[in-house]
Amino acid sequence: MYSFQYHAPTSLAEANTLFAQADDPIYIAGGMTLIPSMKQRLAQPSDVIDLAAVDELRGVTVNPDSVVVGALTTHNQVAEHQALGSVLPVLAKVAAGIGDNQVRNRGTLGGSLANSDPAADYPAAVVALGATFVTNQRRIHADEFFVDLFETALSPNEIILRVEFPVPQRAAYAKFANQASGYAVVGVLVADFGDSIRVGVTGAGPCAFRACGMEQLLQADFSAGALANSDVPNAGFNSDLHASADYRAHLVRVMGQRAVQKLLEVTL
Amino acid sequence: MRIALSVNGCVHELDVPAHTLLVDVLREHLGLTGTHVGCDTSQCGACTVHADGRAIKSCSLLAVQAQDMAITTIEGIGDAENLHPMQASFREHHGLQCGFCTPGMIMQAIDLVENNSELSNISIRAGLKGNLCRCTGYHNIVRAVQAVADQRKAQGAAE
Ligand SMILES: Cc1cc2nc3c(=O)[nH]c(=O)nc-3n(C[C@H](O)[C@H](O)[C@H](O)COP(=O)(O)OP(=O)(O)OC[C@H]3O[C@@H](n4cnc5c(N)ncnc54)[C@H](O)[C@@H]3O)c2cc1C
Ligand code: FES
Ligand code: FES
Repeated sequence: MYSFQYHAPTSLAEANTLFAQADDPIYIAGGMTLIPSMKQRLAQPSDVIDLAAVDELRGVTVNPDSVVVGALTTHNQVAEHQALGSVLPVLAKVAAGIGDNQVRNRGTLGGSLANSDPAADYPAAVVALGATFVTNQRRIHADEFFVDLFETALSPNEIILRVEFPVPQRAAYAKFANQASGYAVVGVLVADFGDSIRVGVTGAGPCAFRACGMEQLLQADFSAGALANSDVPNAGFNSDLHASADYRAHLVRVMGQRAVQKLLEVTL
Repeated sequence: MRIALSVNGCVHELDVPAHTLLVDVLREHLGLTGTHVGCDTSQCGACTVHADGRAIKSCSLLAVQAQDMAITTIEGIGDAENLHPMQASFREHHGLQCGFCTPGMIMQAIDLVENNSELSNISIRAGLKGNLCRCTGYHNIVRAVQAVADQRKAQGAAE
C-alpha cells in the first residue's frame, strides 16, 4: 500500500478537527471496504482517521418499540446480540448473512451504510424499517439517506453515530446472494407495522430504495401471491456480469414473494 | 510510527509505516510465517488470525489498528509436540494437502466451534465461507471440524 497519515482520535470533536485540517481525509471503521479499496487505489486518502476509539459510536440499546445500534457495532455483534435478536430478529438475520465470519467480525453497521454499496444488505433493512440515522450534525430518515451509487446524504466530514430502528410487528428478508462474495444480487426486506407495510430493496438499483408499488399491493392483499404478477419496471436497474436489469427485476418479484412467505410464517 | 502489538501473549514494540498491514508485521517483522497471504484482496482467508479471540483477515487490517487487540496466530495455538485439537483433527481426517490454506482454515474453524454449540455439515460449510482451499475439495476439512465440534459437545455433556 501507499503511505498516508494515520490518526486515532478519542472524541468526536477531535475526529472533526483532524478531518478539517487534512488535505484529503477519510474515516475508517472496520476497514473491510476501505482497506481493499485503498489497495486497489480506488481510494487514496492523505489521512486515515480511525473512529474505533470514539465511544459515542458504540453500544446497542434495546427497547420494546425501538432498537438503537451504534455505528461501530460489528455485523457479528448484531447477529449475536440476544436482546436485539428477540426484539428485532430480522436485523440479526440480515447481519448474520453478510459476507463471511471474518468480515462480520470487523465490518460495522456505520461503515456498511456510509458506503452505500448497491449490493449491501443493511440498506434494505434501514429502508424497510424506516430507520433514522443520528449523525454528529443532524437526524436523517432512511427515505432520504441513500442518494445514488456509493452516494449518501452524508456530507464528507459527517459521522454516523448510531441508527434507530423502529420495531415492526414482524419482518423478513430474502436475498439472492452472489455465490462467491455473499453480496446481494437482489435482497428484499418486507416489514409489517400493523397499520403500514414497508418494502426495502437492495442490489437491484444504484442504491437501496422503497418498492412503493409492492407496498400498495401488499396493503390490499397481504399474501405472497399478491406480488406474483407485480409490475417491476427495470428502468435504471444494474446490469453486470452477475445479472441483467431484466433478471434483477424478476428477482425483486421473487425475493419479495419469498420474504412475504417467510414473514407470514410468524404468527402474531 | 511506533506501535506496540500483543502477539501470542508477547508485546512487541515496532517502528513501521502507518500503511503496514497486520499480516506483513506478523510475517516480515516477527517472522511468524505460518500466517499466509493467498489473495491480498480479503477473499481467501489464508491470512486469518484471532483478534481478541475472533477470526479476522490480517491482510485487511492495518497493524496500527491492532494495537489494543490480543492477536493470536497459528504459532500461538500449539506446536509439533503439542497440537491444538483442531490441528490434530485436520491431521487425523486428512484435512489438508498442500497446506497453504490450513493455518487460516484452522484459525477460522476454532472461532466456529467456540462460538456455535450446534454445528452440522451445512453450518460448517457456511462457517468456512471466507476460506478457500484449492486442493482438498473441502470434504475432509468439514469432517475435521465436525469431529472437534462433536468432541466439545461430548465433553460439555460429560461435565
Ligand atoms: C469478502 C467480503 C465479503 C462481503 N460480503 C458482503 C455481503 O454479503 N453483504 C454486505 O452487505 N456487505 C458485504 N461486505 C462488505 C462489508 O459488510 C463492508 O465492508 C463493511 O460493512 C463496511 O464496514 P467497515 O466498518 O468495514 O467500513 P470501512 O471500510 O471502515 O469504511 C467504509 C466507508 O464508510 C465510511 N465510514 C465508516 N464508518 C463511518 C461512520 N460511522 N460515519 C460515516 N462514515 C463512515 C468510511 O469513511 C468509508 O468511506 C463484504 C466485504 C468483504 C471484504
Ligand atoms: S490473503 Fe487475506 S483474505 Fe486472502
Ligand atoms: S490444502 Fe492446498 S489450498 Fe487447501
